[in-house]
Amino acid sequence: MFGARGTGDTSGYGGLVRTAASTGSSERPYGSYFDEVADDLERAYPLFSEAIERVVVDRGELTLHVKREKLVEVSMILRDTLKFEMCMGVSGIHYPTDAGRELHAVYPLLSLTNNRRVRLEVSVPDADAHIPSVVEVWAGNNWHERETFDMFGIIFDGHPGLTRILMPDDWQGHPQRKDYALGGIPVEYKGATTPPPNERRSYK
Amino acid sequence: MTTFDPYAPSRDTTEGTVYSVTGGDWDSLVQEIGSTKEERVVVNMGPQHPSTHGVLRLVLELEGETVTEARCGIGYLHTGIEKNMEYRSWTQGTTFVTRMDYLGPLFNETAYCLAVEKLLGITNDVPERATVIRVMMMELNRISSHMVALGTGALELGAISPMFFAFREREIVLDLFEMITGLRMNMAYVRPGGVQQDLPEGAIPKIRDAVKLMRKNFKDNTTLLVGNSIWMKRTQGIGYLDLAGCTTLGITGPVLRSTGLPWDLRKMQPYCGYEDYNFDVITADTCDVYGRFLIRMNELEQSLRIVEQALDKLEKLQGAPVMVADKKIAWPAQLALGGDGLGNSLDHIREIMGTSMESLIHHFKLVTEGFRVPTGQVYAAIESPRGELGAHIVSDGGTHPYRMHFREPSFNNLQATSAMSEGGMIADIIGAVASIDPVMGGVDR
Repeated sequence: MFGARGTGDTSGYGGLVRTAASTGSSERPYGSYFDEVADDLERAYPLFSEAIERVVVDRGELTLHVKREKLVEVSMILRDTLKFEMCMGVSGIHYPTDAGRELHAVYPLLSLTNNRRVRLEVSVPDADAHIPSVVEVWAGNNWHERETFDMFGIIFDGHPGLTRILMPDDWQGHPQRKDYALGGIPVEYKGATTPPPNERRSYK
Repeated sequence: MTTFDPYAPSRDTTEGTVYSVTGGDWDSLVQEIGSTKEERVVVNMGPQHPSTHGVLRLVLELEGETVTEARCGIGYLHTGIEKNMEYRSWTQGTTFVTRMDYLGPLFNETAYCLAVEKLLGITNDVPERATVIRVMMMELNRISSHMVALGTGALELGAISPMFFAFREREIVLDLFEMITGLRMNMAYVRPGGVQQDLPEGAIPKIRDAVKLMRKNFKDNTTLLVGNSIWMKRTQGIGYLDLAGCTTLGITGPVLRSTGLPWDLRKMQPYCGYEDYNFDVITADTCDVYGRFLIRMNELEQSLRIVEQALDKLEKLQGAPVMVADKKIAWPAQLALGGDGLGNSLDHIREIMGTSMESLIHHFKLVTEGFRVPTGQVYAAIESPRGELGAHIVSDGGTHPYRMHFREPSFNNLQATSAMSEGGMIADIIGAVASIDPVMGGVDR
């Protein structure tokens, strides 16, 4: 804007950008109860190193990146052996630039017995957006998976009734994907067409 | 019967004959249904129905008055808040989240702000006075929210007077909100880094008076409902859901506590300094609507206790800051109510317009562009009146969220409708849904 090159940031605010959280695995010791969770899972699940792609500890939270083929197995063990009785839903994230792993699904788990939290993350390519459903493990994920399907188009295989939940049944597209414009459909009024808001200006 | 009935046309489907009722002559419909062998009736209740607690649609399959299947239809209040927030700055986000669960706006704001602060790494830099104000506002909000739950819940079961009393109390709380934030609902008061502005002059004595008044008033509803034989017949043993059902369905809040498990995030995973307050976690062991009603009733008193303790703390913290010291994050929110009724601080305007170019640039950049938040994802959970309210936020290092998702307790808990009401009477669905206390603004977001 106004002929500025680069980021156009003349204020020094760019200086606030700190080093991004590492996308690699965290090193042991993880700290807090995270080592114990990882040890318990390794002991209870012999395929640990095969199923868990990465273990990330960031901002006091533990994230296990799970291969989708092993998601249900790992979930079963986390529920029954490690006592993560509750799954607080699933939240999708769309990274269009992350080739081959465009769609992520994040499952925050909660253990009432041990008062602990852990997060599972599964990533799948956009071209093959299938993740096995964990409804048989945590029945309460039913609606959450429907919402993530509705918003991101991730298909949860084995879900008892994967239909849209928030958008109308005949809606085209999945609104929270990054390639879906805000507003989605152009607003037409008396012949003039207003583009979706994110095509009008950008704060970035 | 082969003649066409304009009020109750029937058509044959693979499922059997389906009758659509469009009003008018019920006699012919009843007659025709009576002549069929199957007595299965599917009733669509809502989305516009006075007792479905908002725009909730229930699809019920009935056998006589017994519900054999109950399914919820939601999405009538979907507003795309999560998507919208990806196009607004981090500070503007509070204006959106406050509109989700419109009975607990301060909980939404606080969950969101705690998550943003965790991402920024400034959780420990938030001034104590701001945190205490947040706690006080949340507990007042819990009272107003529970009051709607109790009042409308009773109203839906046919008891009108409790609603009058409940809304009288809610009005007291909303007046306090108006005095403190300027708005009764959707106040966007809690901001990343603190709160938008300090308590106004003379607020603490007014809140103390309100607490005293409410404590006296609560007795009205207690005497009306607790132990009332009609109320107990409508609520005891209704909407049963035990601990196993709650854990598998991810149910939290009063519904979980009605199974006897004292799970309250304020105690179990304290945030905002809740470990420094004395209060009890209320439970019941009946797993039914009456138990949940008693829990909400008794939580009112616990919230008043917390408010009183927060007021004591605030008196000691008079004049302390309510926003983080980092001027790269804190908005220049030195607002003061002027004679013209506008919220601008004349000193601040004089500084940015008259004396300091840098201040003007700083103000402009911060307000229009906003601050940047380091890359990463966090999940921050708090105990809202309905259960665990979690904010899952992903940042890519930019000036607005990359992805924002709220784990809404109403959305999750509403799934229990089937488990609670199938096999029961149709009239008891109302009580079961009311005991979940879903807020459709939160369910649909």
